[in-house]
Amino acid sequence: MKYLGLIWSALYRKPLRSFLTLASIFVAFLLFGLLQSVSVAFSEGVDFSGVDRLIIAPKYSIIDPLPENHAVAINAITGVELVSHRSWFGGVYQDTSQFFPRWPVPPESFLAMYPEYLLTDAEKAAFVQTRTGAIIGRPLAETYNLKLGDKIPLIGDIWPNKDNTVWEFDLVGIYDVANESVETDQMFINFEFFDEYRQWSQGTVGNIVAKINNPDDSAAIAAEIDRLFANSSDETKTTTEKAYNQMFAKQVGDIGLIMTGILSAVFFTILLLTGNTMAQAIRERIPELAILKTIGFSNVSVLMIVLCEALLIVLVGSLPGLMLAAGLLTKFSQSVSVFNGVELSGFIVAQGVGLAFLMALIVGLPPALRAMRLNIVDALGDHQ
Amino acid sequence: MAETLIEIADIAKDYHRGKVAIPVLSEISLQIEKGDFLALMGPSGSGKTTLLNLIGGLDTPTSGSISIDGERIDKLTQGKLAAWRSRHVGFVFQFYNLLPVLTAEKNVELPLLLTNLNRKERKKRALAALAVVGLQDRASHRPTELSGGQEQRVAIARAIVSDPGLLVCDEPTGDLDRATADEILELLQLLNREYGKTIVMVTHDPKAADHANHCLYLDKGSLSGSQTA
Ligand SMILES: Nc1ncnc2c1ncn2[C@@H]1O[C@H](COP(=O)(O)OP(=O)(O)O)[C@@H](O)[C@H]1O
Ligand SMILES: [Mg+2]
Repeated sequence: MKYLGLIWSALYRKPLRSFLTLASIFVAFLLFGLLQSVSVAFSEGVDFSGVDRLIIAPKYSIIDPLPENHAVAINAITGVELVSHRSWFGGVYQDTSQFFPRWPVPPESFLAMYPEYLLTDAEKAAFVQTRTGAIIGRPLAETYNLKLGDKIPLIGDIWPNKDNTVWEFDLVGIYDVANESVETDQMFINFEFFDEYRQWSQGTVGNIVAKINNPDDSAAIAAEIDRLFANSSDETKTTTEKAYNQMFAKQVGDIGLIMTGILSAVFFTILLLTGNTMAQAIRERIPELAILKTIGFSNVSVLMIVLCEALLIVLVGSLPGLMLAAGLLTKFSQSVSVFNGVELSGFIVAQGVGLAFLMALIVGLPPALRAMRLNIVDALGDHQ
Repeated sequence: MAETLIEIADIAKDYHRGKVAIPVLSEISLQIEKGDFLALMGPSGSGKTTLLNLIGGLDTPTSGSISIDGERIDKLTQGKLAAWRSRHVGFVFQFYNLLPVLTAEKNVELPLLLTNLNRKERKKRALAALAVVGLQDRASHRPTELSGGQEQRVAIARAIVSDPGLLVCDEPTGDLDRATADEILELLQLLNREYGKTIVMVTHDPKAADHANHCLYLDKGSLSGSQTA
C-alpha cells in the first residue's frame, strides 16, 4: 500500500511519545494474554483424559479432614490400583520466612504412588522403617546445608505434639526428581509417627490419592468415589492433580472475576492514555492534514490515514505483547504448577487481535473524524 | 490574443460569523490568460487569500462562476473538487507546510500518491522536480535540515511534481530575506517562462510583484488593475 510510508512515519514524529504509547499497549496485551489464558484454564471443567491419579478431597473445604478409612474403601473399588494420602503439616522451620510445604505421608504407598521422586533403595527402606523419618528435595538440602542423619526441628503450629515440644524428624533421604514439573521444595514425613504423636484428629488425613489401572476409567471412577461417600458426614470431591492445584488457587477468590477486573482497569487506563495521545497528535498536525487535503487527498483518505495510524500503533504494541505471553506461558506451564496446562490458545490470540482492532477504532475514530471534517481554508488560515 | 485559462464572472464570497454574513468579496470579474504570471496585491484583510483560495478550488464562491480551462469549478462537489485540484493546481504557501517527518523527496512525492504511478516512476518524477528547483542533492534531507529558502523550493517542487498547468502562491516570499526571496521569484519566473505554468501570486511586496507580468490590486473586496512590463 502506497500510503504505508506516510502512515509509518507517524511513529517517528515524537519518538519518545510513540515509545511510551507502544510500551503501555505492549504491557496491556502481555497481561491480557497471560491473565486471559489462566482465567480460561481455571474456568474449564475438570479434564480427566489420560489421568491415572485422582485426588480425593473434602467436598466443601480443603481444610476439612477426611477419615483415613476412606482410603480403605476407595482401595476396594475395582479399577483402583493403589491408594495413598497426604496431610498438611504447616509448621515453622527456623523462622516463619523459611517456608516450604511439609506433608505427612504413609511412606510405602507414597513411594509406590510417586515414582517421580528418585531415592536410592537404601533411602527408600530407611524412609519406610524410620518412625521419625523424613525426606526432602536436593535443592532444599543444599539451601539449609542438611545431610543424611541430620535432625530437622519443626514447630508444630497447626499440629502440636503430645509433649508440646518441638517436633524432630530424622533426615533419611534426599530426593531428586524425574522431570522438571515435579516440585523439589517439599518435605515428606512419616505419617504414622505424626498421627500418633499429634494432640488431636488421629485417624484423619488431608486428602487421599488413588492410582487407577486404566486412565480411560478415570472420570467414571471419580464419579463412583464421590457417590460412595455421598450423604455421609465426610463427602468427597474427586478431581485431577491439575484441577486440584488450580482449586487451591481458586480459594483465593473467583480468579475469572479478578482477572477480568484487572484487565478492565488496565484497558480503561490504556484507552484514556492512548486516546489522549492520539487526540493531541492530531491537534499538532492540523496544518499537515490541511496540506494533504489541499493537494487533493479526499476526506475519506484522510480519515483512513489517521485510522490506519491508530491501528498501526496498536498492532505494533499488541502483537509482540501477545507473543511474549505465549512464550512465557510455554515456559511456565512446565515449571510453575498453577500454570500447568495453561496455554495461549488460538481463540485467545484471536480475541486479542479483535481487541486490538476495537481499541484502534475507539482511540482512532475521534481524531480521524476530526481530520476528515477539517476545513482547509480555516485550518490554513489558523496557521497564518 | 492568448487563450483564457481562468474566467471569473461576478463572484461574491461571504463568511459567516454565527448568523451574520460578512461580505469579503463582491462583484469580482477577472480573466487570466494561459501562461500569465499575475501578482495580486492589496492591504491585509482585503480578501487576497480568499480570492486565491477560490481560484485554487480550496473554497467555493457564495455566488458567481469560476471556470478554469472550461471547467465550472464552482459547480463541483467537494470530492470532485479535491480530485480536480490534484490534477490541475499546485499550491505554494508562505510557511511551506512540509511534513516534518518526511524527507524532501517524500514530501515532493505526496501528490503522486494520488496517481496510478508505480513507486519507481514516482521516485523518478519526485527527483526530477527536485532537480528543477535545484535541490536534487537534498532529496534525503528532512525539512528541519533545510534553510527557509530550501524548504520553499521543496514546496515548489511538490507543487509542480504532478505537472499542473496552474500554480497559486500565497505570499511565497513573505517569510524570506530579500536575497532568498529574489531567488524564489526567479524560480517562479523560470517555471512561468520555460515550463509554461500560469501563476497567480498574492504578495505584499512591490519588488516581488515586479517579477510578474501583471499586477492587480484588491481593496475592500474590489479589483483595480495595472499593467507592468
Ligand atoms: N474562514 C474565515 N472565516 C471568517 N472570516 C474570514 C475567514 N477567512 C478570512 N476571513 C475574513 O475575510 C477577510 C479577508 O481575509 P483574507 O482573504 O485572508 O485577506 P488577505 O489575504 O488579503 O489578508 C478578513 O477580514 C478576514 O477576517
Ligand atoms: Mg492572506
